[in-house]
Amino acid sequence: MTAIIEFKHVDKYYGKLHALKDINLKIDEGQVVSIIGPSGSGKSTLIRTMNGLEPINSGQLIVTGHDLADKKTDINKIRKNVGMVFQHFNLYNNHTVLENVMLAPKIVLKRPDDENRKIAMQYLERVGMADKINSYPRQLSGGQQQRVAIARSLAMDPKVILFDEPTSALDPEMIEDVLEVMRYVAEQGITMVVVTHEMGFARKVSNRLIFFDQGHILEDRDPGEFFDHPNTERARQFLSKIISKD
Amino acid sequence: MWQIITNNWGAFLTGFWNTILCSTIALVFSLILGVFFALLEVAPPKFGRVIAKIYIAIFRNIPLLVIVMIFYLIVPRYIVKLSGFQAGTIGLTLYTSAFIAETVRAGINSIGEGQMEGARSNGMTYVQAMRYIILPQAMKIVIPPLGNQFVNLVKNSSVLAFVAGFDLMYQAQLIAFSTFQTIDTYIIVGLFYLILTLPLSYYMRHLEKKLAK
Ligand SMILES: Nc1ncnc2c1ncn2[C@@H]1O[C@H](COP(=O)(O)OP(=O)(O)OP(=O)(O)O)[C@@H](O)[C@H]1O
Ligand SMILES: [Mg+2]
Repeated sequence: MTAIIEFKHVDKYYGKLHALKDINLKIDEGQVVSIIGPSGSGKSTLIRTMNGLEPINSGQLIVTGHDLADKKTDINKIRKNVGMVFQHFNLYNNHTVLENVMLAPKIVLKRPDDENRKIAMQYLERVGMADKINSYPRQLSGGQQQRVAIARSLAMDPKVILFDEPTSALDPEMIEDVLEVMRYVAEQGITMVVVTHEMGFARKVSNRLIFFDQGHILEDRDPGEFFDHPNTERARQFLSKIISKD
Repeated sequence: MWQIITNNWGAFLTGFWNTILCSTIALVFSLILGVFFALLEVAPPKFGRVIAKIYIAIFRNIPLLVIVMIFYLIVPRYIVKLSGFQAGTIGLTLYTSAFIAETVRAGINSIGEGQMEGARSNGMTYVQAMRYIILPQAMKIVIPPLGNQFVNLVKNSSVLAFVAGFDLMYQAQLIAFSTFQTIDTYIIVGLFYLILTLPLSYYMRHLEKKLAK
């Protein structure tokens, strides 16, 4: 297996705050990695470095074969292959659902119109949004917006999709629809990195679990083993809080 | 009152024409300059941001008349000869462009960071994200305050009167002086300004409604 994302001694600071501390991590093609951990531990920072939304301060970060720390790397080229799904969806407010999905393939990949429309419709159907193609984002519920956002990512035909708490802003009854679409993404063999509070997803869908705390990877294991027998005290505390909340 | 108009018809018309000419030129170029400096101020490079900040700070914080006087009295002495009309129009353009830059920048900044992140993560370049996502949304927000700037610009073109720019206000001073009908003359001039500013406001409101759809 070849690593599609590789961190080598990566450090990241926000001013004086040491947000990522000497991160070493290899993610292979097709893996579904869940990242869990306490609030403020640096999960978003970690995932946002993977497509260059946050620059790193030292070390090497190689994504789809290109070093993000290298100034000569064309970040736009990497992002063609690395999609991202956000907690607050970030659909284009001035475009309809269909335009949201078709825009980047059109102007970035220069995909011809009829093919582009066919692909967009196919994914919108898959996420259950084909009947809303002419709606604007503000006319949709959070769960619907998130499903469009996933279709928008899929339409770029990416190798990797990064998810930063994709269900955290959703009402409980919408979460399942989005998770169902994410299971479908996993089945397509697309590499997924998912920051999540959905322990069910982390356990059953992902095949690797990273417990992140205070800028460090504390555990990096099989999800089932992690949930049954966490190795670290921090992870035990974290899990007991989450489980008592449910 | 009619007599003032008929007796000075040529002067009023010249003034009206020069006011229109000055306003149109200043509107077009202050819009171009204003958008340019707004884009420079929000773009990533630090150098551009500093340049834009300095430009805006200078032209926004000096009285219009002083800027015009610089172009009327100082620039001709050292750099290039300028008529009153030219000096006034240039001064008005630069002055207004600073306000337009601030208006446009505020509009761009009011679009949440998430729109840019969504677009960039989707593979778009900074320029593509600006063009297809950020600016179309910012434009809707910016139209009403921009309308105010345009109306102010037309009224501020009366600064030409101070530098012999032969605009409406300049003609008004001459006519009032020769006829001693000061009040009537200025009422007539006020009406001429309304002929320009009312349709302009109306058009901007129309544009606002059209874009809101
Ligand atoms: N843009 C920023 N500027 C300065 N500090 C930041 C910035 N973004 C995050 N931080 C800080 O970096 C640390 C890690 O933040 P991060 O958002 O990555 O945590 P997180 O694990 O995603 O938390 P949460 O579960 O609440 O989303 C926090 O202390 C946070 O305050
Ligand atoms: Mg976060």
